[in-house]
Amino acid sequence: MKIKKFSFSKLIIYLILILWGLTTLYPFVWVILNSFRKKGLILSDSFSLPLGEAFTWDNYITATERSDFKNAYLNSFIISGTVTIAVIIIAGLASYGMVRYRFKGRGLLYSMITAGMMFPVFSTIIPVFRMEVVMGIAGTGNRWLSILATILPQIAGNLCFAIIILMGFIQSVPVDLEESAYLDGCNIYQVFFKIIVPVAKPSFATVAIFSFLWSYNDLFTQSFFLRYPQERTITGLLNEISSQAGVNYGLMAASVVLVVVPVLIVYIFLQKNIIKGLTAGAIKG
Amino acid sequence: MIYKRKTPLLVFLIPAFLFLVVYLYYPFLQNIINTFMDIEGLGRPASGFNEVWYENYQRLFTDPNLRTALKNTLILTVCTVVFQVGIALVLALMVDSIRVGGQVFRTVYFFPIVISATALGLMFNLIFLYRGGMINQLLLNLGQLDYEIKANGKMIVQWIDWKDVEHFMTTMFSPVIWQYVGFYFVIIVTGLNNIPSELFEAAEIDGASGLKKIRYITLPLLKNVLFTCLILAITGSLKVFDLPWVMFGAGMPENQGWLTGTYMYDQTFNKMNVDYGSTIAVLIVVLGVLMSTLANKIFKRSDEY
Repeated sequence: MKIKKFSFSKLIIYLILILWGLTTLYPFVWVILNSFRKKGLILSDSFSLPLGEAFTWDNYITATERSDFKNAYLNSFIISGTVTIAVIIIAGLASYGMVRYRFKGRGLLYSMITAGMMFPVFSTIIPVFRMEVVMGIAGTGNRWLSILATILPQIAGNLCFAIIILMGFIQSVPVDLEESAYLDGCNIYQVFFKIIVPVAKPSFATVAIFSFLWSYNDLFTQSFFLRYPQERTITGLLNEISSQAGVNYGLMAASVVLVVVPVLIVYIFLQKNIIKGLTAGAIKG
Repeated sequence: MIYKRKTPLLVFLIPAFLFLVVYLYYPFLQNIINTFMDIEGLGRPASGFNEVWYENYQRLFTDPNLRTALKNTLILTVCTVVFQVGIALVLALMVDSIRVGGQVFRTVYFFPIVISATALGLMFNLIFLYRGGMINQLLLNLGQLDYEIKANGKMIVQWIDWKDVEHFMTTMFSPVIWQYVGFYFVIIVTGLNNIPSELFEAAEIDGASGLKKIRYITLPLLKNVLFTCLILAITGSLKVFDLPWVMFGAGMPENQGWLTGTYMYDQTFNKMNVDYGSTIAVLIVVLGVLMSTLANKIFKRSDEY
């Protein structure tokens, strides 16, 4: 009797868990299916599989012909790639210094990092824009300068989170390792690159992934600095398609898929790192 | 001993703190100064102080759109805390009680977080579409939609407009809440894993049932984790921008759909009221600090469950 009741409640639990799982997955499946469906059928019959008569590549052909996806992917990867590399180097160095050295003002610097996580991008973006106009990199119409103007504030925006996660990890690395390397004749920078970086690789991976995703997905900063067609990123392009596509819903669905696919690939390969590293930082932070 | 010599410290710290000062702290202070200035265009220098130096702050109190934005944002914050953290907690307790498949659920629940809000916004536009969107089609197939019979005998489906004044809150808030449930879910599951299992075994010997164990062991020990979630949910909901902006644009429907984030963006970018936009940004920060402090006061004090 007791065993029966037990497994019944397990069944309910699994049902509810699967139900929520469906809400997170099904919308994407629905969009992917409909991106292959013939025009017009989306509005009347969107739940069946687009097979035979209903199947078409047209939406993808229109999407790639009408908008410059190649250029937008290039811009997005240049921006997000640079932001990612810069963040892991700068944050790695800073968190190493913060963890291993005892010095005056360390407490102040630490609170500067934690407080920095609280500033919404809204509250800094206008002066940053003005500053970069004065520096001559924002609002010039030059593609590469605009890209630089986007990269710099995005680096700053990701640094605090990155430093906090990396500090949490480096703290748990035993100092003995570094001391023996030092005695073997490594200088302090070699210790950092040959001991700390390899040991802390998982948390560097987490930081890298999140910097990349946040930068790739950040419509707000991008729309401030990238105003001309040749500067458009994937996220910006998508925003534009959504306002121009009108009633061409197949085109919209195809565009969503084109934007989501790179992220999906990254996520499937790296999801263990993403989730593990994030929780370490979030709970400590 | 290798950390006695302090000079390398400069190499380690200077790049990071240079970025923080130049791109976070200086702009933040400049933004506060800007609220008292008269700025006519993005990237233009201020043309002097405002005639009445505090006029932007005065305007905060009289602007009906801002009042709508504040009201919507506060409702969103409450919904976020209750539903986002609530659903995440229930799901986490459930996943913690099963043996098989936990990792799969984690991966699936977390997935929407890595997708850009722009893509999600577009996707939800298709889902909530007026004529033949996914939800309306589903309702039609289930026979939940009414028909209007025209004079010539034609039957016309009465689609539900998910973006009108009556429905916009559900349409705007549910994707925002849905997206981040997985984030809190993962944090709470990690917190659950950190609770030593001996405690549960001891409680079981004492004859505690499943729900009692949750009530008297899990929840009290999870308090700090839940508190972290609460603060993250509050500050997160004040920053919401992309999803509502893609789905609703500037204040749709009928100026009832503003949030503080979208209103600030619209004032700065489209209306070119840069100094007023800065003032709204200051308001967002002040609200965040106030609400987190309040949450701190309420939940940190009550140590007993």
